[in-house]
Amino acid sequence: MSNQPIIVSASPHVHSDRTSKKLMYDVVIALIPAFLVSLYVFGVGALIVTSVAIISCLLFEYLIQRYLLKTAVTINDGSALITGILLAFNLPSNLPIWMIIVGSLVAVGVAKLSFGGLGFNIFNPALVGRVFLLVSFPVQMTMWPTAVENSTKIADAVTGATPLGIIKEGLMFGETMTDLSSKIPSNMDMLLGITGGSLGEMSAIALLIGGLYLIIRKVISWHIPVAMLGTIAVMTGIFWLVNPEHYANPLIHILSGGAILGAFFMATDLVTSPVTKKGMVIFAIGIGVITVVIRLFGAYPEGVSFAIIIMNAFVPLINSYFKPRRFGAKIKSKIV
Amino acid sequence: MLKTFPKGGIHPPENKLTSSKNIKRMPVPKVVYVPISQHIGIPSEIVVNVKDKVEIGQVIAKSGGFVSSNIHSPVAGTVTKLDKIIDTSGYKKQCIVIRTDVKNESNFEEIEYPLKKEIELQPKEILQRINDFGIVGLGGATFPSHVKLNVKEGVKLDCLVINGVECEPYLTADHRLMLEKGEEILVGIKILMHALHIDKAIIGIENNKKDAIEIFKNLTSTEKGIQVAALQVKYPQGGEKQLVRALLKREVPKNGLPLDVGVIVHNVGTIFAIYQAIQHNKPLIERVVTVTGKKVENASNFWVKIGTPISDLITEVGGLPEGTRKIVNGGPMMGKAIKNTDVPVTKGTSGILVISEDEASRGEPKNCIRCGECVSVCPMGLEPHLLMNLTEKGFYEKASNEDIMTCIECGSCSYVCPSHRPLLDYIRFGKNIVKKLETAKN
Repeated sequence: MSNQPIIVSASPHVHSDRTSKKLMYDVVIALIPAFLVSLYVFGVGALIVTSVAIISCLLFEYLIQRYLLKTAVTINDGSALITGILLAFNLPSNLPIWMIIVGSLVAVGVAKLSFGGLGFNIFNPALVGRVFLLVSFPVQMTMWPTAVENSTKIADAVTGATPLGIIKEGLMFGETMTDLSSKIPSNMDMLLGITGGSLGEMSAIALLIGGLYLIIRKVISWHIPVAMLGTIAVMTGIFWLVNPEHYANPLIHILSGGAILGAFFMATDLVTSPVTKKGMVIFAIGIGVITVVIRLFGAYPEGVSFAIIIMNAFVPLINSYFKPRRFGAKIKSKIV
Repeated sequence: MLKTFPKGGIHPPENKLTSSKNIKRMPVPKVVYVPISQHIGIPSEIVVNVKDKVEIGQVIAKSGGFVSSNIHSPVAGTVTKLDKIIDTSGYKKQCIVIRTDVKNESNFEEIEYPLKKEIELQPKEILQRINDFGIVGLGGATFPSHVKLNVKEGVKLDCLVINGVECEPYLTADHRLMLEKGEEILVGIKILMHALHIDKAIIGIENNKKDAIEIFKNLTSTEKGIQVAALQVKYPQGGEKQLVRALLKREVPKNGLPLDVGVIVHNVGTIFAIYQAIQHNKPLIERVVTVTGKKVENASNFWVKIGTPISDLITEVGGLPEGTRKIVNGGPMMGKAIKNTDVPVTKGTSGILVISEDEASRGEPKNCIRCGECVSVCPMGLEPHLLMNLTEKGFYEKASNEDIMTCIECGSCSYVCPSHRPLLDYIRFGKNIVKKLETAKN
């Protein structure tokens, strides 16, 4: 026997090879397709925004943990990296760099570390960063470079609104959906991502590929994306059937405005979503309902970010209310 | 679709390295160390003195109460010491040390009992003998069998469940026993059915033991009332409650026993011990032990006398391999790590697992990321992350309200936790405190 002492510990003596770090990097891998599309559509702007967000998130985490909190530095656990990418995905590609840095500070410093770090945050850090920017700098945050024309050059000249923004504005001025249909991109363009919008939210296909990867790798379960998108589809579908001239069809709602990005990558954030499957469904339905209410009746054209943050606040309540059924709690079987 | 329990469970790598290895007989040890507390319940009372000569199968410690068991001498020899030694639990326990008499031939006779099918004893006599012959549950819990079989008047009992699941990775003791002693086990099942006045039994075997399923399907093809069921491979299916749920779709109520749904569960090893006790007058003095590990040279299954030092077993398989860092009494999911190999094999030792460097140490615990994996694998429908949190913060009453006491300590939560959190450690700790608080209340 070697000179190393024998280890005596309690069972179990084996462990699965899943680690938090692997889960985190799986999420990063799943975000790559969407990033590639935005690189194609928005060109260098996408690269700049994403790298600035990642670097500043990691840097703020390091600085705060090292010098302010004086705790162990955890920048290589992958979570700050994800926060950076997701924040970038929620920003226009021509946002001034200093705003990205401010957003990163709010995301990592306020939303995550002030709550106690990874696992203790109540709200999705990237979304808090995004919403902070949206509320503080509404003009810059809602002017998107329009697609295609800018694929090779840094975009700051041509800007336009997102499909949902166009609809919202148009309806306010009394136009009908038929009038607007020529102004918004085709469903196919939205599916592929040839549309205006934040960095990572436009290409439904790329996001679905990433989402599917996460489900196959069992990083997330299907419950939240399916329940959330399903709720959005059903609710907007009802309104659309009642008055197709005044309400956009469900497909537009699903394909635009970060619904898919939110459903697969933001709402499913492990830390800020419920623990049980039942709870996840309730949580996701809540997000769907709030999103639709904001989109159809609120001041903002887009509601996914707000909806997720609002439902994040309900997660502790959902967790304590929707518990798994205890084995043997209610006797179903009878002796035959 | 194969049967299984619906909620939770995991499928760790099976690593059944020794499933093709015949059960070999260990050489008779020079000295045996027989602890008087090898079962759940009251320790037995020593009835021999130092320097006494004892025969094989002689009672050396008498049952200390109803939930207790007799202990018999595994060898013929002389009692040399009554001493406290560290046993597999890690605690010092009273123990009878017997030096084997090398001149006594009964020690070395290898009796191969012929198969005996006729059951001569009456039900009452059978139960009495199970009590007298020190039979305890050999699946690992070592609950005295006669207590389980003591069905009160008026309790409805209709099915005997035979546990041939062996869901722990690495272990193959039950598997080999089923392959080599299938007919004896079948007689054992009939003995119990006779003793309990029931006409229905079902044998549950996981589908990674197709040969054993085959053997029992053939053996029981002409038997009315005895069924064999192949089960999906899933841990912890060998847990009584999970097994009853998987086989019969009956759910044992919270804090209840299988008997509450008309079922008694026995492990195949126990059934074989009962067969030997009833048909051949042989008390429980030996059992099958799997000695295994990825780097162990001659990993195999052995017939081992109770009280044999584990070091003897290790020597038999070629010594501890280079880089050994952990030795486990039992399987990797529920077994107990032992400090050294001086501790003896007891009635509950189903295997000895040698773990080397790369798998021995735990990962460093990180923050809980609330992924909910522990909740989805918990076969009891508990929330391990919450129970750990409550215990850590000292909210024992809340933990008790969250059903911490129903935890079966299968370890699935700790196994899957991506943050390597010691969930089960805290839950065990919490259970102990809750138990103490409850005793204090009453």
